Amino acid sequence: MSAAVVALVVAVVVVLVLVRRRHAGGVVPASRRILFPYVGAHLSVSALDAALRIARAEHATLVPAYLAPVPMAIPLDTPIPRACDQAFELQEAIEQRATAAGVAVDGRIGRGRTVRHALRELLADERYERIVVAAATGRTDGLSASDVAWLLEHAPGEVVVLRPADELALAAR
Amino acid sequence: MAGRHTVFLGMAAGVGKTYRMLSEGRAEAGEGRDVVIGYLEPHGRVETEAQAEGLERVPPRFVDYRDVQLAEMDLPGVLERRPELCLVDELAHTNAPGLAHAKRYEDIADVLDAGIDVYSTVNVQHLESLNDQVTELTGVRVRETFPDSVLSDADEIVLVDLTPGALIERLRAGKIYPAARVPAALNGFFRIEHLEALREVALRQVAEDVEAKRLRLDVLPAREDRLMDTAAPQAVGERLLALVTAQPSSQRIVRRAWRSAQRLGAELDVLIVLEREPSASEREQIEAFQRLGSLLGARVIVEEGDDVVAVAARVARERRSTYVLIGTPAPRGALRRLTGPSLVDRLLLELPGVDLRIVAERSRREWGTS
Repeated sequence: MSAAVVALVVAVVVVLVLVRRRHAGGVVPASRRILFPYVGAHLSVSALDAALRIARAEHATLVPAYLAPVPMAIPLDTPIPRACDQAFELQEAIEQRATAAGVAVDGRIGRGRTVRHALRELLADERYERIVVAAATGRTDGLSASDVAWLLEHAPGEVVVLRPADELALAAR
Repeated sequence: MAGRHTVFLGMAAGVGKTYRMLSEGRAEAGEGRDVVIGYLEPHGRVETEAQAEGLERVPPRFVDYRDVQLAEMDLPGVLERRPELCLVDELAHTNAPGLAHAKRYEDIADVLDAGIDVYSTVNVQHLESLNDQVTELTGVRVRETFPDSVLSDADEIVLVDLTPGALIERLRAGKIYPAARVPAALNGFFRIEHLEALREVALRQVAEDVEAKRLRLDVLPAREDRLMDTAAPQAVGERLLALVTAQPSSQRIVRRAWRSAQRLGAELDVLIVLEREPSASEREQIEAFQRLGSLLGARVIVEEGDDVVAVAARVARERRSTYVLIGTPAPRGALRRLTGPSLVDRLLLELPGVDLRIVAERSRREWGTS
C-alpha cells in the first residue's frame, strides 16, 4: 500500500516538473558553445539553418555574434547604436528560428577596428568548442576570403566554413 | 587644457614622415611659435638633418642597456623646457628599461597632458589592430605596436604618401638606408607588392579617420549631452531600468529596453541582482552584459541581495528611473499565491509612479511570429 502511495507521489512530482518545464517554454542553455559570427545586414538563412542543425545535433548553445567594425577616429569603447540596432534585428530573427529549432542561443556583438579584430576579441573573451562561419556570397553578407583564411589559421577549435546557396536572406531593415 | 596631437602617418620607412613633420614644425616656428624637437631619429638621412637645422633640440637622455648606450627622449627635460609645440619621432618606439614609461606614446601622452602640442610620426604597420593583417601582407611580424586609441584620440592625422615606385627609387638612391642594407631591404620588406598593400592600408585608415571625425561631429555631441542629462531631446526626462538575470534569455529584455530608450531619448540602466555567488557561466554572462552595455551606452549595475524587489526598488529610486522593464515572471504555485504578493505586485507597491513593463517571451506567442 505504502509503495503505491510513494509511486503515486513520485509520478505526480514528475508530471508537475514536466508541466512546469513545458510552461516555461524556454530552451535550456547547453554547456557546449558554437560561435556563429556574422557581418552586415543580410544573413543567409541556409547558413543559419546549417549552424542550427549542428548545434542541435551536438546539444550545444549557438552564439550568434554580430561583428561591428568601429571607425578609427572613434574611440573603440564608444557606444555604436546604429550597429547595435542592425545587430538586434538580426539577433531577434535568429532567436525566433533557433527557438523553433529547439536550440539555445546566447547572442553577442563583437566590435573591433576591423571584422577580424572584432573576431579576435570575441575569441579572446570567451571559449567556444566550434566556430561556424558563412563566407560572403553575391547576395548575402559573410566573412571575406582573407578573414576566413585568418580564422582557419588562428582560431582555436574546429572551424566550419559554409558557402551558402544564398536563395534566402534574413535582412535588417 | 591638453595639447593637440598631430600624427604624421606613413606606409613605410622612408616616405618622408619625419621630413614633413620637421617642415611643418619649421613653418610653425616661422609663425612665431615656440617649437622644439623632443626626439629625432634622423637615421643618418642628410635631407632630414638639413630640415632639422635651426630648430632647438632638447638633448636626448642616454641610458646604458646591455653594454650599449641608448638615446631616448628626455621626458623631464621636455616638460621642464615647456615649449608650445614639441616634435617627437617614432611614437611606437619602446623605451629602454628604467625610464618613466615603457613606450614613447606614453611619454607623448604626458607631454600633451602638460598642455604642449605634439607632432609625432609613425608607420601604419605599428597599429595594434592591423598587426595580423600586416604580418600576412608582408610576412614580417612587427614587434613594436601601439594601441588604436592613440591614433583615434589624435586631433589630426596627416598621411604622408609616396607611390611604391618612388619609394623604391629613394631606397635604391641610398636616401633611406646605407648602401649595404639596400639589397636586403629590396628583397624583404620593400617589395613592390608589400608596399602597395601597406599603402592601401594607410590610405584606408586615413579615409576612415576622416569619415569617423565627421560622424563624431554628428553623433558624439548628442551622446555627451545625454550623458550629462542636459539638452537631450528627452520627453520628460525618462530613464529606464531593465531588471535582468545573468541568463542569455535576459538579452531580449535588454534589447526591448534599449529600443524603448531610443524611442524616448532616455538613458538605460541594466540591473542584475545576485542572490548568491554567481556560477562560472553566470559570471561569463554578466561580463557579456557589461560589454553589451558599453556598446549600447547603457550602464550595467550588478548588486548583491536576498530580496530582488527591494534591491531593484532602491536602485530605481537612486537612478530616478521612470520605467522598469522585467521579463515574464515564472508561474507561481497556488501555495505561493496564497502566501504573498507577486514580484509584479511588490514592484508596483514599492515604486509608485513608476511604469512597469513586462517583456513577453515571443516563443510563447500563440499566433506565431512574423
